[in-house]
Amino acid sequence: MTTRQPAERWSSWQALDSGRLLLLAAAAMLAVAAVASTAAVKLQNIGGVAIAFGLFIAVGEVLRLALPGGREAAPIAMAGSMSYALLLGVAGVSEVNGKPQILYIPALQVIAVVAVGMLIGALPHVVAGRPAGLTSMCTRLLAVACVAFIFRNITHLKIIHMMSKWWVAAAAMTALIILGWLVDTVIGALIRADDLGSRFSVGLWDEMRVQYPLGLAVGASVLITVFAAEVMGLWVLAILLGPLLVTQVAFRRYAGIRATYLQTVRALARVTEVGGYVESGHSRRVSRLAVYVGRELGMAEQDLLDLEYAALMHDIGQLSLPDPIPGGATVLVSAADQWRIAQLGADVIEQAKVLDKVADLVRWQSLPSRGTAGQQPPPLGSKIIRAVNAFDDMVAGSPDRDRAAAALERLRLGTVHEYDPGVVEALSQVAGKRLMHRL
Amino acid sequence: MGRVSWAAWIYIAAVAAAAAAVIALAPPHGTRHWWIVLAVLGLLFLVCDSMPTDLATRQSVWSPSSAATLAAVVLLGPTGAALIGSAAVLSVRREMPGERIFNGAMYALSGFAAGVAFQHLYRQGKSAAGVAFDPWNGPRQFPDSAGFSHVLVPFAAAALVHVLVNHGLIWGVVRRLNSRVRGGSRSRRIESSLSLLLLSDLGFAAFGLIIAVLWQVVDAFAAVIVLVPLFVARWAMGQFAEQQRAYKATMEALCQAVETKDFYTRGHSERVSRGSGMIARQIGMRPDRAEAIMAAGMLHDVGKLGVPTKVLQKTGPLTEEEYAAIQLHPMRGLEIVREIGFLQEALSGIMHHHERIDGRGYPMGFAGDEIPEFARVIAVADAFDSMTSTRSYRQARSIRSAVQELRKAAGSQFDPLIVDAFIAALEVDGWRLPDRPAAPADGATVTAHDHDDPTAPLRVVESY
Repeated sequence: MTTRQPAERWSSWQALDSGRLLLLAAAAMLAVAAVASTAAVKLQNIGGVAIAFGLFIAVGEVLRLALPGGREAAPIAMAGSMSYALLLGVAGVSEVNGKPQILYIPALQVIAVVAVGMLIGALPHVVAGRPAGLTSMCTRLLAVACVAFIFRNITHLKIIHMMSKWWVAAAAMTALIILGWLVDTVIGALIRADDLGSRFSVGLWDEMRVQYPLGLAVGASVLITVFAAEVMGLWVLAILLGPLLVTQVAFRRYAGIRATYLQTVRALARVTEVGGYVESGHSRRVSRLAVYVGRELGMAEQDLLDLEYAALMHDIGQLSLPDPIPGGATVLVSAADQWRIAQLGADVIEQAKVLDKVADLVRWQSLPSRGTAGQQPPPLGSKIIRAVNAFDDMVAGSPDRDRAAAALERLRLGTVHEYDPGVVEALSQVAGKRLMHRL
Repeated sequence: MGRVSWAAWIYIAAVAAAAAAVIALAPPHGTRHWWIVLAVLGLLFLVCDSMPTDLATRQSVWSPSSAATLAAVVLLGPTGAALIGSAAVLSVRREMPGERIFNGAMYALSGFAAGVAFQHLYRQGKSAAGVAFDPWNGPRQFPDSAGFSHVLVPFAAAALVHVLVNHGLIWGVVRRLNSRVRGGSRSRRIESSLSLLLLSDLGFAAFGLIIAVLWQVVDAFAAVIVLVPLFVARWAMGQFAEQQRAYKATMEALCQAVETKDFYTRGHSERVSRGSGMIARQIGMRPDRAEAIMAAGMLHDVGKLGVPTKVLQKTGPLTEEEYAAIQLHPMRGLEIVREIGFLQEALSGIMHHHERIDGRGYPMGFAGDEIPEFARVIAVADAFDSMTSTRSYRQARSIRSAVQELRKAAGSQFDPLIVDAFIAALEVDGWRLPDRPAAPADGATVTAHDHDDPTAPLRVVESY
């Protein structure tokens, strides 16, 4: 029996919130208008170029990429879309006396080609029973639309006049690429903040940190495509696909190992349950609740990951005890034993040598929130684990509202000395929401 | 390059002499522009060469420097490409002098060969177009947009020649370095990682063509703009390697935590993981399967935590129920590990590592080929480590006597082929015995029986 992460459930179709609806509606209207207007005036300037880029975008959409934190990206599709938006001349297509001429592509045609390419690329995902990924597709479409409108309507002619100096065009395009990336990232962060209930300012920062390496690769690929197309023609799409795939494979392996890592820690944290040291499901409930509380308190994604690992492994020190503590509830154990278990657990985690922050969180989890005399107060993550652990020991995953309220009341009474008031407040909010959503 | 044989030194000297001869016989006499391009591409080559990333396999290093050489093939001709390649001598990587000279000469030769191939094919294709042409130093004027399709086929051929010469020369030196020290399966392993490199090199060849083309539009900025995706890909590779190391270290630490329950079995999981990996390589498993079997070896006994401590500590014969509890531990392990996105094979390896070839094992009583390959491998490594470790009821056996026991049980308990492979791997890799434990401290948990020990099977009370 596996329970899915609530984050995943929220991002599914059932909870179509207003922000997401707005995004879908805007993108759909844009796409319909663009396709209609393009159909009315027919494909301007060489349908072959439009079809080639449309195909490239479709391929990129098929080869989507999972990024850490359950994000989805389509770097190849994005590179194709932005290149088409910024395309100047294509060798072998629009030549006069052997010199490529600048193509005039209406912004709406750009949007139409990108939208159709994306939809075609999404089809295989739908057929294979995977999510269509409409939200991220709409985000990308809006980002490309912004760039296309600005470039095709405002700056295009000026750049044509200045094409003798390539660096002017390169600078203008770089600015537009950054703008497109920002639009993509901000919308992505807004949707994510809405989904996870995190703060937008924190979410935006996280989003930028995750997205910038791929954004760099995509931006450089766009510049390469636009300039090389003047010499290579459409061959550039075929030739650039190889290096882009190499980059994509590297990212896929990175995201894959991160996911396996998390799965492994989640699974191995359960050895304490199988060994009868803690109640079944305890580690996972504590880690999930701790992450929610951390997010409520505005922790950044990297710290949340450390918190999740620490919460999963917070009882690992019990393995060093010869016999399980009856019931396993560490809240009922003497403070000295709690301290000892925390130290043993931190020692185990420290052996890995790569999780020092996690080890610290586990080490200080048994300290009261104020800290003992002469010692620093424990880090926020430790305070969260302490409170959430005590809460789960008393509630044990029961959906009973009164029981949760009683447990929270007891934590509040212990506040100031035992549990951090801010953490307990955040916990009560999160617990309330979770009971409402029956999670 | 620890001990380098005479044959290897002669080989390296021959390659270096050939490279020097090639550059001397076709000296550059380019224009000022030619030298500027040479300088920029040379710098690009060094930048690319200094940012290699270890792939998962240790022998292969991923370096995109061939992109610079192949751009030189188009922009500068064979001599230019050879000069760019020889820049590897100046590499900032920490290398032995012999390695430096060999790399420089190898890249020079492969660049030159690619350049000659490109020129030859390109002149045939373009003979009518009348582009001014210098046989050694490239076209005076790069083909404009109209001529691009004429470049494509010669360039593809040049890239292929570059990769083939490059890997041919490496293969030669690897063979000479390893022929005496290592057995046949080893060189097979190196060759398989070479084929991986070969593929990624062909991918980076595309970057070479892009640099050459972009040079017509944006000059030296071409080199900068192409570096960005390369750096990003490298960053992702580096992140992957770092995460993988962290993952392994964490798994080891958690497995050790499980082992602390029993004083004598410390380090057992790690050694079984290593032994399983040795066998996997010996029988020529694919690298990803070898990774998976090492993970399975590491986790094979996590289910033991579900066996009550008093059963493990019991000195007399076990009751049927107690024996059943022990027999259940592979299932418990599977239950814990199931949610990890492993290969299905690793899971079946954990589940069936106590099956016997004669069908008298547990939990399913599979026999012969019914037992998954992973399980047959782990079983051998598991039993061997148990026999060569000290237990509360006996001293550790020597490696020789443990090998004899394995041979004795081959065919009944173990798969004879796997036992042979393990013994062969032992001769190559050796085996690091566990530290002999001091007497356990008071209160340390000690198991009375090791369920893995084939020489002292668990005794079960016959119940009537």
